[in-house]
Amino acid sequence: MNPLELRKQFPILDQQVNGHPLVYLDNAASSQKPRSVIDAIVRYYEHDNANVHRGVHTLASRATDAYEGARAKVAKFLNAASEREIVFTRGTTTALNIVARSWARAALREGDEIVLTPMEHHANLIPWQQAAKATGAVLRYIPMQPDGTIRLSDVEATLTDRTKIVSVTHVSNVLGVVNPVKEIAALAHKRGAVMVVDGAQSAPHMKVDVRDLDCDFYAFSGHKMCGPTGIGVLYGKRELLEQMEPVEYGGEMIEHVDYYDATWKEAPWRFEGGTPIIAGAVGLAAAIDFLTEIGMDNIDRHSEALARYAYDRLSEIEGVTLYGPREGRVCLVTFNLDDVHPHDVATVLDTEGVAIRAGHHCCQPLMRKLEVTATARASFYLYNTEEDVERLAAALIKAKEFFGHAIG
Amino acid sequence: MQLDELYRRVIMDHYKNPRNRGTMDEDSVTVNLNNPTCGDRIQLQLRVEDGVVKQAKYTGEGCSISMSSASMMTDAIRGKTLDEALGLAEKFSALMQGQPVEFEEYEDLEALSGVSKFPARIKCATLAWNALRKGIEAGRQG
Repeated sequence: MNPLELRKQFPILDQQVNGHPLVYLDNAASSQKPRSVIDAIVRYYEHDNANVHRGVHTLASRATDAYEGARAKVAKFLNAASEREIVFTRGTTTALNIVARSWARAALREGDEIVLTPMEHHANLIPWQQAAKATGAVLRYIPMQPDGTIRLSDVEATLTDRTKIVSVTHVSNVLGVVNPVKEIAALAHKRGAVMVVDGAQSAPHMKVDVRDLDCDFYAFSGHKMCGPTGIGVLYGKRELLEQMEPVEYGGEMIEHVDYYDATWKEAPWRFEGGTPIIAGAVGLAAAIDFLTEIGMDNIDRHSEALARYAYDRLSEIEGVTLYGPREGRVCLVTFNLDDVHPHDVATVLDTEGVAIRAGHHCCQPLMRKLEVTATARASFYLYNTEEDVERLAAALIKAKEFFGHAIG
Repeated sequence: MQLDELYRRVIMDHYKNPRNRGTMDEDSVTVNLNNPTCGDRIQLQLRVEDGVVKQAKYTGEGCSISMSSASMMTDAIRGKTLDEALGLAEKFSALMQGQPVEFEEYEDLEALSGVSKFPARIKCATLAWNALRKGIEAGRQG
């Protein structure tokens, strides 16, 4: 793959920011969209737009075909056994909330255990806190090594026969580490627990095979992988989805309704009350085509190589502290500059046209564990290059000099 | 966009040599405020006698803008009545909206005018002032 050629397909990247060519390094928050995805959404609205599943007219059929076609595409992308295991949601957050509200609240009893890691995004933490409060279940955490990795022996030691749910991020949005979710799933299943994987940072960067991982649920967002905002996916094993109650009630999700009672459609449609995000699904399908064409394995290799290059390049700058391990990392580097708050770092970088993220990255407990209030993060995608990392490094050195003078 | 417009010397001086940083044991109103979007946090203590701010102290963690703003604010309100302090808070809001405001009482604050050109940073500068409003409200109720 050639990142410079790929970059040409992203209209937004061809611009100056504050007098410099834009270097976009906030992909873990949201990626940019290629022309083909933008065109697919425009084409849908210009030619095929209608509501799905209900109409008998031609446009309704086309819209339904586009929407259900996108579902089939996602199923193939994840190697799910059936498209009926694919629920369209608003994003990863909504997907995880469905599991925590529907499956978990029905399954959990007082004293049951929900097992997480210390590095979970708030989206894979707060839904479980609330499920625990509602059911009397307790949260337990797999210990984390100082470098941000998880050892399987610690997973094994944390799980008990009361463990009902293990929910782990596939790739940490702060540390960049790839967690051994396949092995964790096997350990969870040995205890009779279900395995939930937060795939928000893995789906964009690596080949995900839900049957190989043998996870029970897998959640991801479209907008971090070249798709539009507002669309995401909950994969769930069919036998689990079929047991679950809907979390939203209304049109589209019903089978039979009378004045006092109603019955639901089968999964996945019972989880898609109301008019769904049709154009979003169309855009996500186009994004999957785009990524598949490049090859997920190629993207994975590029992501890993660039993260390592950035890790090594930033390590050379005196006063930079990096978080997370050098090995086994993909797609991002998280760091701080001595004596300069990450907000100030991000502002200086922005004046140089380099877009990064500063803050707690929706991981407040992890920040406390790392003994920082905030960090800076540069996150990469298929259109980023080593040259972008050099621009980042140069801007960081400028920030260091500027603040060295200002507060020196 | 020029960095010097944002990070004026006065701001960096308050960041490096914070005024009123610390806590006090005397009878005071204490307010804790976070900026949930970025993790900045401040604890503000106000000692008020007969409707006048006798002393203001703060601790917290944050960027140069939020911490220098807290340093200036705690300096600026000392000796002011609660209404005068709220008046300063109003003027500071106007400053953040890019309006031309003069602080005859405490000119250092004018150095923060550049923040209005960096919309993402306005919430950093206003954190301490929001804590002040909350503290005055709590003090009046309590």
